[in-house]
Amino acid sequence: MTTTTNATTTKVLDVSGVTMKFGGLTAVREVDLTVNSGEIVGLIGPNGAGKTTFFNCLTGLYVPTSGTVKYKDTVLPPKPHLVTKAGIARTFQNIRLFANMTVLENVLVGRHTRTKEGLWSALLRLPGFKRAEEESRAKAMELLEFTGLAHKADHLARNLPYGEQRKLEIARALASEPGLLLLDEPTAGMNPAETRATEELVFAIRDMGIAIVVIEHDIRFIMNLCDRVAVLVQGEKIVEGPAEVVQRDERVIAAYLGEPYEDTTAAGSAAPSPEAPRADGEDQDGAGPGKENDR
Amino acid sequence: MTTKPTKPSKIARTTTAIIPLPATAARAVTIAGAALTLAGTFLAWTWTSDFPGDLTVTGYPGGLQVLTLVGAVLTLLFALSGYNVRGLGWLTPGGTNSPVRLSALGVFGTTGYTIGAISYELGGLVNLEPGAWLSGGGALLAVIGALGLPADQPHDEDAGLWGKLRNALTAPEPGRAKDLSSWAEILIITAAFGIGLWVFSYGIATEYSELFIGFVVLAAFAFSAVLRAGLIKRLSALTAKHRNVTLSAAFAAAICFPFTQSNDQFALIGANILIFATVALGLNVVVGLAGLLDLGYVAFLGVGAYAAALVSGSPQSTIGVHFPFWAAVLTGVAASLVFGVLIGAPTLRLRGDYLAIVTLGFGEIFRITMNSLNGTSGPDVTNGSNGIPNIPDLELFGFNFGVPHDVLGFQLTRPGNYYLLMLLFTAIVVMVFRRSAESRIGRAWVAIREDETAATAMGINGFRLKLLAFALGAALAGLAGSVQAHVSYSVTPEQYQFAGSVPPNSAFLLAAVILGGMGTISGPLIGAALLYLIPAKLQFMADYQLLLFGIALMLLMRFRPEGLVADRRKQLEFHETGQTDVPDAATLPEGATGVAKAGA
Repeated sequence: MTTTTNATTTKVLDVSGVTMKFGGLTAVREVDLTVNSGEIVGLIGPNGAGKTTFFNCLTGLYVPTSGTVKYKDTVLPPKPHLVTKAGIARTFQNIRLFANMTVLENVLVGRHTRTKEGLWSALLRLPGFKRAEEESRAKAMELLEFTGLAHKADHLARNLPYGEQRKLEIARALASEPGLLLLDEPTAGMNPAETRATEELVFAIRDMGIAIVVIEHDIRFIMNLCDRVAVLVQGEKIVEGPAEVVQRDERVIAAYLGEPYEDTTAAGSAAPSPEAPRADGEDQDGAGPGKENDR
Repeated sequence: MTTKPTKPSKIARTTTAIIPLPATAARAVTIAGAALTLAGTFLAWTWTSDFPGDLTVTGYPGGLQVLTLVGAVLTLLFALSGYNVRGLGWLTPGGTNSPVRLSALGVFGTTGYTIGAISYELGGLVNLEPGAWLSGGGALLAVIGALGLPADQPHDEDAGLWGKLRNALTAPEPGRAKDLSSWAEILIITAAFGIGLWVFSYGIATEYSELFIGFVVLAAFAFSAVLRAGLIKRLSALTAKHRNVTLSAAFAAAICFPFTQSNDQFALIGANILIFATVALGLNVVVGLAGLLDLGYVAFLGVGAYAAALVSGSPQSTIGVHFPFWAAVLTGVAASLVFGVLIGAPTLRLRGDYLAIVTLGFGEIFRITMNSLNGTSGPDVTNGSNGIPNIPDLELFGFNFGVPHDVLGFQLTRPGNYYLLMLLFTAIVVMVFRRSAESRIGRAWVAIREDETAATAMGINGFRLKLLAFALGAALAGLAGSVQAHVSYSVTPEQYQFAGSVPPNSAFLLAAVILGGMGTISGPLIGAALLYLIPAKLQFMADYQLLLFGIALMLLMRFRPEGLVADRRKQLEFHETGQTDVPDAATLPEGATGVAKAGA
């Protein structure tokens, strides 16, 4: 996708007032977020803060209770396949590859929306069929080269090592030629070297002109990568700003580490939202796969 | 699912045989045993021709003796190949000794069964003539000798008898074959299909159930022997290389089939197998590719058959029109398609078990509705339980399907005619399956089967594609149904049950797909052939059919969950062997996988 990276910033994603309620539980409350072209935006917050739920609202897996999601000035329909078609691709927190398809096939499935060949074309092998198929294959191989998986194109996805499965998910998402990529904990469970490699990959994707929103617990990763960081706590966005600012913000520290003992009485005025400061640090959060709110 | 990975270094591995004999002696004993068995088949086995097949003639093997003879020859060949006899090496590129063991066991099974059947039916061992004792003794000797041969693959030293036996029947995979010139390879493929056709038509033409049982026992063991010898692997490497040749060879062999059958009844079995197999292949689109468990699939066959019957010009048809065949086929297909979409549209919003239950319900609803549209409990459309009889035979381009024809000196009977017509439709369905599977649509189906949420997140309209699979499957079943109506002369509601004694019915269709191998082309064809042939040949077991069927399915799920013909994916899914899926040559260092589980 071609977006002007250097010219005046254009809004790629414009989320306003998204609220998601499950019965009596409000998982996401009145969250606004904008993403400009060429930007990498981080989304952080303690476990259960509603980050993945927020992603699901953006991608149509959930229909938000209220609020609108606009992609490049058009309101997105609440159907996952239409959202992908419009130009938003995503990866999943707990890897969801098509385990029994080959690496190449996985990427080819990602190209589904960008190809038109229907059943008749396939059955009768109409003239365009072969060309479209070859084009898709060439594009898919290109993406595999880009992510460094080309030599494993014929392997089954389930047989890839963990880190490569993460990469493959990204390649598959890129195959739909998105303008915005949503990464849900792309480095969960990775060692520092792999995390570095993922950073490089994310930068390379940004340089292709694709805006990125990334959920992550690895603060160093977020600091290196993101132009802007938004913090979700208990379903509400409490801070948004440059990484360094957010990192020092008292409310964020409170949300992650709990508040200093002597401050608890005065906390009400300083930090409006977190009623019960939670002590689960990021070490635990990094455990990644296991929680399942991708439906 | 996997057997525990054994660390090579910890426990000593050996190839000691089950029966401790010197290898050379064991081989000699095996060969002597097989030779004795062979000689015995030329003698009389019993004194009276009351036992079917007439085993009383000396010097001319008949019936079950032929099976023993073939098995003995196979054992001899495999055993001699173990001596490195020049010119026989090609027989055993994989294992050398396990094929001997398996074929010896096969001979022993068939011969033993024959001796048992003779004694039982004629009332005592006294009815056996020396030939039977000679062959039986020879077969036993061959088995003992074969068990004395060392195993092809090492096993743990402390393995029990069972473990040893299981290991003794396995063999290493053959290496890559030398490249032959392509005409030689094509010749080999042709020969293989020729043998396949011969074996298959022999099985169908078995005239009494004893012969069929003997055939099944021998065929099963001989097939595993050939498999362990690595020949199947070699052959599939060739067929993968020459796919179009293989397809044409397969269809050529299939076309030859009716000419080998002079008996109407057996040719009819062939035609029915094709109908069953075609419908199973249609179901494979729905179950194997898109992963939608449809337990009422036979209803679509019924819709096609009823639609074709109504417009066939049958005097009992309530419509009373007579469409030409092509229009009748289109009517059948269109009716099934519409029915498929109507049922699919509301039910495909369900997933998994719920879908299975609802389709099961719709399948029964179809049958009951056809029963009720009889003029008393509903409008008279289908004549209720009487169905629509007297469907006239087809006539295409002046070729009357109802009468025998002479083609190049061979007689083609009525079922033979329909067999060939059905074969054309099978070919169409095979093509539809293959082409749709290898396209954007097919990939989307598999993606939905693998993970529907992820598939929709990749831009796949899940509901629409599932409906497409459902409708396509229904249309293919309708295609088969429109021919079935003509083959069987009549359509009645009772032909289209969930589970019944005569396939095709929904349970057997699903079983054919699972038994054969989901997502493959040859799997459902083989599965359908077996599931039709076995009940048709063993009618004395009709009362226990469903029981045996259930037991067979359980055993299958325990020992070979991927089905008889495993597609590459299933093979890896159920038997993680520690090697990744690498196409040819490029081998990975051992233990390169295993990490993969971390993600899933």
